[in-house]
Amino acid sequence: MSSRLAKGGRKIDRSQKVSFTFNGRQMSGYAGDTLASALLANDQMLVGRSFKYHRPRGIVASGAEEPNALVGLGEGGRFEPNQRATTTELFDGLSATSQNHWPSLEFDVGAINSKLSRFFPAGFYYKTFMGPRAFWKHVYEPIIRKSAGLGKAPTEKDADTYEHLYAFADVLVIGGGIAGLTAAVAAGRAGARVLLMEQTAHWGGRAPVDGGDVDGAPVAAHIDALVGELSGMANVTMRLRCMGAGVYDHGYVLGYERLTDHAPQSGVPRHRLWRIRAAQVVTATGAIERPLAFAGNDIPGVMLAAAVRDYIVDLGVSPGDRVAIVTNNDDAYRTAFAVKDAGLEVPIILDARSAGGGDLAIRAREMGIRVEHNRAVAHVSGGKRVTGVAICAQAGGGAVIEEIACDAVAMSGGWSPVVHLWSHCGGKLVWDDTKAMFRPDGSRAPTSHDGKPFVTCAGSANGALSLSEVLDDARSAGHSAVQAAGYDPVEQAAPSVEDVAEIPLAPVWVMPAGATEKLRSKSWLDYQNDVKVSDIQLAAQEGFESVEHAKRYTTLGMATDQGKLSNINGLAVLSNALNEAIPQVGTTTFRPPYTPISLGSIAGGARDAAFQPLRRTPLHAWHEEHGVKWEPVGHWRRPYCYLQAGESAHDAVIREVNGTRNRVGLLDASTLGKLIVKGPDAGKFLDLLYTNMMSTLKPGRCRYGLMCDENGFLMDDGVVARIDENTFLCHTTTGGADRIQAHMEEWLQTEWWDLKAHVVNVTEQYAQIGVVGPQARQLLEVLGTPGIDAETLPFMTWVDRTVAGIPARLYRISFSGELSYELAVPAGQGMALWQSLVEAGRAFDAVTYGTEALHVMRAEKGFIMIGDETDGTVIPQDLNLDWAISKKKEDFLGKRGQLRSHLADPNRWKLVGLETVDGSVIEDGAYVLADGQNDKDQRNMQGRITSTYYSPTLGRGIAMGLLKGGMTRMGDIVQVTRISGNAVAAKVVDPVFYDKAGDKQNV
Amino acid sequence: MLLLECPCCGVTAEETEFHGGGEAHVKRAGPSSEDAAFETYLFHRENPKGVHFERWRHVTGCGKWFMAARDTATLEVFGTYSAQTLAPPEDLLKQIRDKRPGFKWRDVQ
Repeated sequence: MSSRLAKGGRKIDRSQKVSFTFNGRQMSGYAGDTLASALLANDQMLVGRSFKYHRPRGIVASGAEEPNALVGLGEGGRFEPNQRATTTELFDGLSATSQNHWPSLEFDVGAINSKLSRFFPAGFYYKTFMGPRAFWKHVYEPIIRKSAGLGKAPTEKDADTYEHLYAFADVLVIGGGIAGLTAAVAAGRAGARVLLMEQTAHWGGRAPVDGGDVDGAPVAAHIDALVGELSGMANVTMRLRCMGAGVYDHGYVLGYERLTDHAPQSGVPRHRLWRIRAAQVVTATGAIERPLAFAGNDIPGVMLAAAVRDYIVDLGVSPGDRVAIVTNNDDAYRTAFAVKDAGLEVPIILDARSAGGGDLAIRAREMGIRVEHNRAVAHVSGGKRVTGVAICAQAGGGAVIEEIACDAVAMSGGWSPVVHLWSHCGGKLVWDDTKAMFRPDGSRAPTSHDGKPFVTCAGSANGALSLSEVLDDARSAGHSAVQAAGYDPVEQAAPSVEDVAEIPLAPVWVMPAGATEKLRSKSWLDYQNDVKVSDIQLAAQEGFESVEHAKRYTTLGMATDQGKLSNINGLAVLSNALNEAIPQVGTTTFRPPYTPISLGSIAGGARDAAFQPLRRTPLHAWHEEHGVKWEPVGHWRRPYCYLQAGESAHDAVIREVNGTRNRVGLLDASTLGKLIVKGPDAGKFLDLLYTNMMSTLKPGRCRYGLMCDENGFLMDDGVVARIDENTFLCHTTTGGADRIQAHMEEWLQTEWWDLKAHVVNVTEQYAQIGVVGPQARQLLEVLGTPGIDAETLPFMTWVDRTVAGIPARLYRISFSGELSYELAVPAGQGMALWQSLVEAGRAFDAVTYGTEALHVMRAEKGFIMIGDETDGTVIPQDLNLDWAISKKKEDFLGKRGQLRSHLADPNRWKLVGLETVDGSVIEDGAYVLADGQNDKDQRNMQGRITSTYYSPTLGRGIAMGLLKGGMTRMGDIVQVTRISGNAVAAKVVDPVFYDKAGDKQNV
Repeated sequence: MLLLECPCCGVTAEETEFHGGGEAHVKRAGPSSEDAAFETYLFHRENPKGVHFERWRHVTGCGKWFMAARDTATLEVFGTYSAQTLAPPEDLLKQIRDKRPGFKWRDVQ
């Protein structure tokens, strides 16, 4: 059984008991425990079920590489699935639940998949869920969705807060093991601004567990000295629980700091995302031990050898009382010593190498441990827990020589440097045959904006394995990084280290070498996604020869651990199956983040009201106090309508339209884009931008204009007013203000930079109020506005006047078909003017109206709306706006584009009005049906609806749409789709439904 | 995330301050152009693996457009220069030739 040892555990504090629950069961551990070590201390080796076969899963590793021990942590608004028990620090009240089983962890119905595993080989989903097509949506999709994903998604809003932090460094050191500390000291002594981050809660990494002396003292003392020196440097920032998540272009790095995961509390951000720019990055990210692929290597109790000694030395727990060890290298012998030192048994060390190990093996024999060469695990016995191992020759096919009872197996297949961060931004790897590992190729480092390398690897991340190698490598990495960052390195004396002589490992990718199909189909590569040696071999056999294809076909390395344990073993198996060398097969791509980071940390503070800025017009507060129903328009909020007591939005819109058409209405038009174009060439410039002529407009006059892009497509419209000889004010749509300003700047700066003109966006400088309706003039006159009669201020002119004592600019323009004035005043005076208008309006029974009434009235009048009648593929000619396209101008944007054959095609869909025969309102987005079907068995269409409303003025539904044949179809009856099924009959009519002659607006 | 220097205001800033504007030095085909020339102007773009000349706008900074010479594979930025030019400046081209001997972009060498 796994248990708490009587003594030992340098990271735990036995004086501080901590209680927690696992699947509702009360358990206890010590401060300093990880959830994994605490579970082991409570003999909870079974922690989850695998993804596909629901096989029992135990803890395999002791760090970020853990594939199995994934749990749901917390409850309610603090629940989070798929958290690694090995990197979860224990705290009082922690609650964890296991995943991917029903009804319970111990008894899981889904485990039947394991018995059927020969029916679920690689590519099972691709082969099974193919046909018939009719099954895709209602049969296959629910099955696939149900089996997708391990943990359950949270159902409540995240109760925690998160933040972003921007940081800059000359040298960023990722990894606070002995290599990272050494490199940071080298950089820090040179005076560089150093940022050092370590993903765990402890400095020093695994060196104290592996042992060794530096300058005659235990390595732990050397680590303390390094940490002490760094802590005293003002130019060095040190962060624990902070992972280097990803390395990106030009020295951009994301750090992921878990501030309160180990001690949840409110009022403090849970995670902090560091957004770092570093001149140089040193990755001292260590190495990860590889599992060995033998039958039953997934049974709970089979663990990585180094993890076993981590649990014993660091955390004072043992995964078993009798630990069998299987290895292809010398390092795993250290685990045997740790187990023995803890007073537990090592029944056997199986060394797959025919010549066995070096000095460490001799020492093991001296301690009385049985050591066998050329031996392998034939299979592991046990179901939810290891009960023994069957031994065979590594060279053979798996014939059992002997069976040995044990309750844990420590395996070691050698080490793989953590090259992820090196590789994220293009660092290349080289295959090291002696060490059987991919390590960074220092001559092909990631390069920055200046073309120079900006990442250096240090220590075992660089392939150095012995203590002396690691220290030398890290010191030189620190020196070269700080030098590249522009500092002079300070020479340091190398500390003296005596390494134990080790015999190189022998690569073992399948155990035993000639394993039968039966054994290979029980030899796991990817524990989380259930990929076995046989699956990779099947993929190769079926032609998925590229490593990237084999990965996707088998899902090797595609689980939440991204193949930290499985990838190298998997591609070695693939290369054997293809009979190619490992470097020829290559690796899959390493992508950030190194381990999953929370979505909360990515969002940071950008949530709720801070998600994006809200733009308020100067009248926003008034709307809010007067029953407004808001409509989001970009970042703006515009009144959709104003609700009176007991009124529906539909009723309100009718009341607002009728009030405006019969009396007078007030509109907040402040969001309308207002761009000033000024300069001697302003008119010439606008002639190029608008389809019609603007340079001939006289000061004091207004003209409606259209803007197209070079393709010829209509992009914006609005009224242009000429203020003086050199100055124009261009109104744009609400959404167009920033876009059209950018459009103008682009052409002015990059094509017609010889033109003398400037563009200024004054949208927010003015409040703009529409005074609309037959009594508009009377209302303004009541407020003492002189000289606004039809002769002095005719339609499509503007003038400066004082209204209610406030200097205003009055534009006589109309988007409703009524007598209409738009009043522009400085933003700060908007509210005063609006209140005066509302006050004086009472005598006229005036209404305030919102965007929906505005839309209804413009549609009644047949006015187009950018975004409704246009969608980026519509040209002005489609909308019968040929009158607004100059024939005289030599050039304007879109002129050439509109000459293209497809845009000049007479069969294009063109604007018409539509009235249903029964008076009903056509549905939004409806299509006009045509006879027959197309080659995809879809019904043919001859047009589509662009705007559709209930018209209070006409008392019926009205619509605008684009129809093949356009206005030549007047009087035709067409069929318009409805979501419910039956089409509705509609008559093609003139799109101007109201006051065709324009008598009402021109008074 | 790229670092770029705006040649107009002199600020070196992160990519998020800028907005990419596609290929540089595209010659506009006007209203009287032939179909083929207009098609080239509207749709045909270089897609090199290597040296590329492109437009950027310092959109949340000074608002000015400028040009950049950048390696699309290594992301090395050789330099930035004024948008009010018809071809890359000679001193920049010399620097690129030194770093990428034999490079060719359209008819720029």
